[in-house]
Amino acid sequence: MDALKVSEGKMVVYLHPSKTKVISESIKRELSSHLFKFSDTFDGVLLAYEVVEVPSKLAKILSGLDPYLAVRLKANLLLFAPKPDTFLEGKVVKIARESIHVVILGFSAAVITEEDIRDEFKFKIKNGQEIFRSTSQKRHVIKVGTMVRFLVKSFDEEILHVSGSLIPASTGSICWLSKNSEEASRNCRKQRESEGRREERSTGTVDGGALSDEYHVLKKPRKQKVHEGNTTKLDSGRAEMVVNQ
Amino acid sequence: MGAEIGNYNINNRKMIKEEEQEYQQMEEFDVDFTDSELVSHVRHALKSVALGDNDNYSQLVGLLHYNERLKADEVALLVTSLKAISGAVSYIDNVQHESLLTSIFSMSMWNYGPDVMDALVELVTSLAASSGKYVDACLYMLVSNFSPPFRFIESLKLPYGKAKKEQVLDRVHFALECITDLIPLAPSRLLPIVTQRIHAIYQRTPEPVILMFVENIFKLESSAIGELVGNKRLISIVIDLLIDFDVQVGWDDILEENPHKGVFDMELEDEQILADVDDDGDDFAREFGGYGRIWKNGVVETLEKLDSIMVLTFEHLNCCKNSGRLVEVPSDIVFESLLESFSQTVMNVYKSKFAQFVIFYACSLDPENCGVRFAEFLAGKFIESSVPPIIRMSAVAYLASYLSRAKFLSAPFITGMLERLADWCRKYCQQSVSLNPEAYKVFYAGCQAIMYVLCFNMRSIMEIPRLKSHLCFLPLREILKSPLEPLKVCLPSIVEEFVQQAKSAHLIDAKSGSPVFHDVLESELSKAFGGKERLDMFFPFDPCLLRKSDSYIRPNFVYWSMVKKAYEDDLDGSSDDDVDVFYPDVNTAESRDIEVEGGFEEDDFFDDFNNSLNKMSITPKDSILKKRPNEKRMPLQMPSRLRPSMSLESL
Repeated sequence: MDALKVSEGKMVVYLHPSKTKVISESIKRELSSHLFKFSDTFDGVLLAYEVVEVPSKLAKILSGLDPYLAVRLKANLLLFAPKPDTFLEGKVVKIARESIHVVILGFSAAVITEEDIRDEFKFKIKNGQEIFRSTSQKRHVIKVGTMVRFLVKSFDEEILHVSGSLIPASTGSICWLSKNSEEASRNCRKQRESEGRREERSTGTVDGGALSDEYHVLKKPRKQKVHEGNTTKLDSGRAEMVVNQ
Repeated sequence: MGAEIGNYNINNRKMIKEEEQEYQQMEEFDVDFTDSELVSHVRHALKSVALGDNDNYSQLVGLLHYNERLKADEVALLVTSLKAISGAVSYIDNVQHESLLTSIFSMSMWNYGPDVMDALVELVTSLAASSGKYVDACLYMLVSNFSPPFRFIESLKLPYGKAKKEQVLDRVHFALECITDLIPLAPSRLLPIVTQRIHAIYQRTPEPVILMFVENIFKLESSAIGELVGNKRLISIVIDLLIDFDVQVGWDDILEENPHKGVFDMELEDEQILADVDDDGDDFAREFGGYGRIWKNGVVETLEKLDSIMVLTFEHLNCCKNSGRLVEVPSDIVFESLLESFSQTVMNVYKSKFAQFVIFYACSLDPENCGVRFAEFLAGKFIESSVPPIIRMSAVAYLASYLSRAKFLSAPFITGMLERLADWCRKYCQQSVSLNPEAYKVFYAGCQAIMYVLCFNMRSIMEIPRLKSHLCFLPLREILKSPLEPLKVCLPSIVEEFVQQAKSAHLIDAKSGSPVFHDVLESELSKAFGGKERLDMFFPFDPCLLRKSDSYIRPNFVYWSMVKKAYEDDLDGSSDDDVDVFYPDVNTAESRDIEVEGGFEEDDFFDDFNNSLNKMSITPKDSILKKRPNEKRMPLQMPSRLRPSMSLESL
């Protein structure tokens, strides 16, 4: 997914003096407070992190009434940063005549309204189940549980809500799109397998909505971009990361 | 004539035919007006606003204001409108259609029947999922339905009201779950909304409303989305609410009676027992009438709310216990939440009066886990040197009161905790050289805690041979005879009672003296170590002064009158007649003390005090009165003023 990327961040985390005995825990706690929130500095939503290095055991003490410790560290950050006119993938959770509701990676909601669904898809109720079926490709069906690819129209950074579109021909059910590519069924099987693995991996983590503070390392997704050249710093209250361009 | 009749018939037939056609047209019109067309109509109305045509839009908004005694056709119209709006939510603009949104969000489910409620739930869910902009407003609207409008309060007692309550609340929680399915992060936005809402209403709303709101918080906490919302925070919202009410009631609101009574003379048990006899369980005013002498009138309403919320919390904890959520489920979620809340809020509040009984009750539900965990948490706080002194003193005050009052704690466990405290005190006094109440206040608080716990438990511990040896090996002598002289500094009432019992139990030398306090409750030195907060007189688990809550606490609570004192004769029991036993003459006491074994050896330290110990005023019941013949005899009753921390003992 284009929206996923890994960045290497050099940051400074400010810790309260009372935390000097539990530096490691405090760093995790501080970084965890940014999880699932959009950060302008990161230009994305922090999904996971891995503290790679704390270069020095010495920390600068800030002057003032609260002598916070400025701890420098390096961390790998997995970020979710959907941009307009890029593609996202998600699981359909509800279908109504006027809209399709999708959840991306188990945490971000997306809606595709009737106006953003291309005309070939018609709403039907089959066996009591709401579906969108392509009039030209009868096997192209979108129903609850289908993994779909869609175009990003806009992204609400406050609630992490995506407005999507199924207008481009390259959007729709991922399984169907895969079947109709050159790799045909082979890709579909792979897709199924990877989906199965993803579900296993995500149980109790991202999809379960219960990413614990202890779970910091996610495997690098297939298509994620690694920006190793750019180091990122964030400044958010007590945690500060400075961007080194 | 015949022609006229014929014409009439023809005309009549024509008229009938026209009516039939009209009816058919109407019917056809009705049938043809499908859901899609309704949605299209609403979309058109919404789009027209941008073009300056507000007629249809205004009509639509007007429909949403139908809420009083709707007829069947009005209900149908409202349901149809709501469903049509649900289909057109993507056309709603938060600026152009502000009045529509305001109307939707101000609708209360309590005003409608099930059909309208269902349509409203569908609309709110669709609206929340349509755009991130409306999520918070939709959640706020649902949370607002946690409690009914004021006019429903009376009907809540009737079957109709109960049914309505069930209908509304089921749908509200269902809607929250539906929104969570569509917007996984929505629950994380609920907490601030719930907090904001409860703070907005808790002061000015009647008791049933606030109670129902709390009930819904607990329902949310135990629901499928409770974990996503934040179980811990939900529980802490309720605890914070209790604290808010708690601090509104000051110690000054307890009517003054006799400020000179000793710590152990100030227990409300008898008063409450008397009140119980009259209790019919129904009339709250009457119940609180029993407290007339205790609480000033101005706070009774607050106390009623507080009492009811406490009971609701107890019931919720009971449910958690029965469903295994109190301790068994991952990381003891409910009890840990309570403990965290206690640590962050209750313990830091200046002499909390009631809220602490929530955790006391939780401990009583599972003494082996919760009960032990709580005591160890408090002991840990007290011993941890990085914790601020005031918190350490507060922690040890809680610990002392808890170990003394919790009926469900075993004597071996209490002995173990005493050993832990005594060990810390012994090490501390080895490093310090002179009496200084302010500098060593944490130490004195620890010493007072040990003595206080022993006042309650000495006899029961001594009756178990294995524990008796543990008690005898406590470094009490080292601590009490140290240059810090805790016997001079700690609260005189406790010191006197402790020394009397300790002598009877041969823990200290009978020939030893004790400070002469002349029956005073407190001393300058005790005030000094207690600080401004008077933590020297803080006994948080003194008898609960709330009627309904007390009925939950009482079965697991140790009252002073139930305590077997070390100086009491086995056969004497605890009847009032036995009070004299507490004042043995000097000869008797001395003769008993000759056989000292274990305890303190003769020591010059105690010789510094005179031997008037046996004239102590520390007794339950009216022993003080017997001891002071010149004093006017007062009827047994609750002390007016429990003095902040000393509420310990009841008469």
